[in-house]
Amino acid sequence: MYAGQYAMGATVTRYLLIESRDPFGSTNFARCCELAAVLRADGADVALFLVENAVLGARTASRPQALEKLAKNGVQVLADEFALRERGIGSGEIAPTVRPVGLEMLIGLLADGARPTWN
Amino acid sequence: MNDTRCLAFLLMDAPFEQARTATAFRLIDATLRAGIGARVFAYEGAVSLSVTRQKPHANAIHGRTLEEEAHPTPHAWINALADLAREQGVPFDWVNCGLCVDERGADETVPAARRGSPADFWKMAQESINTLVIPTR
Repeated sequence: MYAGQYAMGATVTRYLLIESRDPFGSTNFARCCELAAVLRADGADVALFLVENAVLGARTASRPQALEKLAKNGVQVLADEFALRERGIGSGEIAPTVRPVGLEMLIGLLADGARPTWN
Repeated sequence: MNDTRCLAFLLMDAPFEQARTATAFRLIDATLRAGIGARVFAYEGAVSLSVTRQKPHANAIHGRTLEEEAHPTPHAWINALADLAREQGVPFDWVNCGLCVDERGADETVPAARRGSPADFWKMAQESINTLVIPTR
């Protein structure tokens, strides 16, 4: 049995990928999306949580295509609503596949045992 | 520490110059408000967060007094988190890596912070339900 493999009685591994870097300044954002896709394909529950400048990638006008693909494949794509407000990104500008939430959601995922990474 | 659930955090960044510090404090605050204890290990530059010598200042260029400028000082945030933990009845522990303190001369700290070592971080992680490391760049 390997991480993410699901069988009767087995627990699905959950991952929480926290991305803080904007998608334009480095390739790290894309690498994080690739990691999310691979973990999801492996059968894990995956949440990608955008904080700080990473929320710039959540805008409908500039979102990387990777976020849409991730959401279609069952990755939960979340964005810190405080960071969105800080950057003047209104609700009408956020891609429909991205869900604005408070940081208490991130804490809840940690408390539920999701394995976190921070980029 | 009692049996209350706790999350462990490891911070590395010195105050100011980047956004990770503010996000980290928001996360710790959210943890305490959720009724979960918080154990924080301050490593490398993060040991400067608890230094008592930080002083706010006025802003003469923009014509703001000391009070109006309300310049943030992270040591005040640590004290506020400790107060919040007491109100919530959950554990709060802030440990500075001792060698990191020595090399930075950051040894005058708020009472809420104590000196320790990476072994304390290992212990925190063992005793917490999950651990989040916020690395520096």
